[in-house]
Amino acid sequence: MKVVVGLGSCGIAAGANKVLNVLKEEIEGKGLDIDLKITGCVGSCHLEPIVDIYDDNGHLDRYVKVSSDKVLDLLDKAIRKEIDKSLIISNEDMESHKKQVRIATENCGYINPEDISDYIAVGGYEGLKKALNMTQEEVIEEVKIAGLRGRGGAGFPTWFKWNAAYREKATPKYMVCNADEGDPGAFMDRSVLEGDPHRVLEGMIIGGYAIGANVGIIYVRAEYPLAIKRLDIAIAQAREEGYLGKNILDSGFDFDIRIKAGAGAFVCGEETALIASLEGERGMPRLKPPFPAQKGFWGKPTNINNVETFANVPWIFRHGGIEYAKLGSEKSKGTKVFALTGKIKKGGLVEVPMGMPLREIIYDIGGGLQDDKKFKAVQMGGPSGGCIPAELIDTPIDYESVTKVGAIMGSGGMVVIDESACMVEMAKFFLSFTRKESCGKCIHCRIGTKRMLEILERMTEGKGKEGDIEILEQLAKDIQAGALCQLGITAPNPVLSMIKNFRSEFEAHIKDKKCPAHVCRNLITFEISDNCTGCTICARNCPVNAISGELKGKHTIDKELCTKCGKCHDVCRFNAVEIN
Amino acid sequence: MSCCGGKSLKSKFIDDENVDLSLLNDVLYEYRGIKGSLITILQHAQEIYGYLPLSVLDYIAKETGIKTSQVYGVATFYAQFRLSPVGENVIMLCKGTACHVNGADKIEEAIIEELNIHDGETTEDKLFTLNNVACLGCCSLSPVMMINGETYGSLTPQKTKKILRDIKSKSLAKEAD
Repeated sequence: MKVVVGLGSCGIAAGANKVLNVLKEEIEGKGLDIDLKITGCVGSCHLEPIVDIYDDNGHLDRYVKVSSDKVLDLLDKAIRKEIDKSLIISNEDMESHKKQVRIATENCGYINPEDISDYIAVGGYEGLKKALNMTQEEVIEEVKIAGLRGRGGAGFPTWFKWNAAYREKATPKYMVCNADEGDPGAFMDRSVLEGDPHRVLEGMIIGGYAIGANVGIIYVRAEYPLAIKRLDIAIAQAREEGYLGKNILDSGFDFDIRIKAGAGAFVCGEETALIASLEGERGMPRLKPPFPAQKGFWGKPTNINNVETFANVPWIFRHGGIEYAKLGSEKSKGTKVFALTGKIKKGGLVEVPMGMPLREIIYDIGGGLQDDKKFKAVQMGGPSGGCIPAELIDTPIDYESVTKVGAIMGSGGMVVIDESACMVEMAKFFLSFTRKESCGKCIHCRIGTKRMLEILERMTEGKGKEGDIEILEQLAKDIQAGALCQLGITAPNPVLSMIKNFRSEFEAHIKDKKCPAHVCRNLITFEISDNCTGCTICARNCPVNAISGELKGKHTIDKELCTKCGKCHDVCRFNAVEIN
Repeated sequence: MSCCGGKSLKSKFIDDENVDLSLLNDVLYEYRGIKGSLITILQHAQEIYGYLPLSVLDYIAKETGIKTSQVYGVATFYAQFRLSPVGENVIMLCKGTACHVNGADKIEEAIIEELNIHDGETTEDKLFTLNNVACLGCCSLSPVMMINGETYGSLTPQKTKKILRDIKSKSLAKEAD
């Protein structure tokens, strides 16, 4: 029997380490003949901690939400060959898993990321063997046939970048993996690095061979300590097995990889800023051209791809570019991993073929909205992207279609927003992020985002003025024209897209001084209705003593004293606190 | 120099004369002559001292030959670097999109009410520091905070306050030992 505990960051956050320790003590303490293993995140974060139990015939039973106090009972039953019906995964959750097509995350949640033999057993490094028997041009051609495009956001054809770096004469060349996943609300790169690090290494080695680089660098967020640890282990194992180092697999090709931990700056996701950071400087973007393929790290030809892009490469070489190109839509090939979060029932990572309609992702895979509230929009591409409103829910999710409706694919953050959210406030949230993360080099970005944020702030405070929407639109245009890098160019996107799709909400804030979603505090008042039973819970919880009333008598709120914190509304059990 | 409103830039940094600079020598030796290592050296320095005291920054500049202005520039650019000491328990409150949508602001209010510190501040008893962070990547457990490497998910204001009180009593009990 084999027991596998999911130890991705999400699993650990849900208590998977405790579950593992309890199992370890029990198995070691009683000397049970059970193989205890770990794995990465299978993507169903809402079901963590997940424990997979394989019987001696290799049959898998998956158990979900296994807390440390329940796991011993589960183990006892498994030993007696019984299924723990209270913890076994539901058919519905199995189905939503089956709707996915997994390439970049195919091994995540199945193999032990800290053991190279697990990766090799499922065909790992086979792609590399094939690639090393091809010429550099043939490798690039294979990626071209596959139609692979950069998964970091812009969707630039990968073969084109590789070809540009390959054609440069200068040496040494560098192959860089951008693992500085900065979009707040996206964590697919972290999951791949934690769950299947060898896959990324293999993709980098193939890419390095194609462009003629001997050095690979992974620039990874310092906030991802587990990913760094597992990459360290993977690199050491790959060296030992001869997949990294001198004369890889007797091909005559030398390649090694090192890790560079970033220090926390969103702008470092931008290629030229990332290079500046690699060189130990402030991560500020530089003018392009010259492009990194011509003059990158230390002025030498450098190719930068995102984690998920590299994670697709081994599959392409194992199965062929033609097979890969069969997946997806006309111009967007293959699959894309999305981090499905927000007001969704089944949050987590999903990998689907390009072109799947948004509705299927949200309802069939994500199970719909929490508390079955009304779907309002989904924010794609995080603070650089835009929203897709409810009426466009049948939009196919690929690069072209998403761009057409005013959002971007981005790295794959998909934050579901329900009717309870105020879009002016959401626009403010995204802009406050980009304002903070602007590196300050370009005046339009540095000052423009601040001015836009001030306007949005005053709108949410009920001080919006006639013409504010037009000023926002003008400032947005100016920033887009005056900024050097994608951070600035895309910073106004969420605001523009929210104005475009929810203009009436902005107007309500300015003209009527009202927040239709009842979110902006200065634009709402709290009142106690006749539903009040006089239980006094609101009065006891009010931090400013603004509520008065006798026990069992109707209470009232002193609007002068009320700070609109909403606590009374949250604690009331009789729906007696109304927001107007 | 009036770009900082007449204030000296140095006022941003904390100068601690009791810092033992020699603790850094191994790190400086390891990266001696390797160009582009400044961020890595600063990361090691912060691991050693818990933050980046002014004297350490000056020492790094002197020993590596990198301009002092450049060392300050890098130290102030990245979110990871701290210029003042932190409390015993660092609260990393996630303010990512998913947490925002699920009520991270109310969690922040609860922390402010309980500890009377805002983002970046440390309590007077040096027990807690509050740091708002962009995303901890545990979106399905939102709203989330991380304290001393332990993640606390699906928070409510009440739950948050209870967690903080528990940690506080543990810290105080440890001190009393």
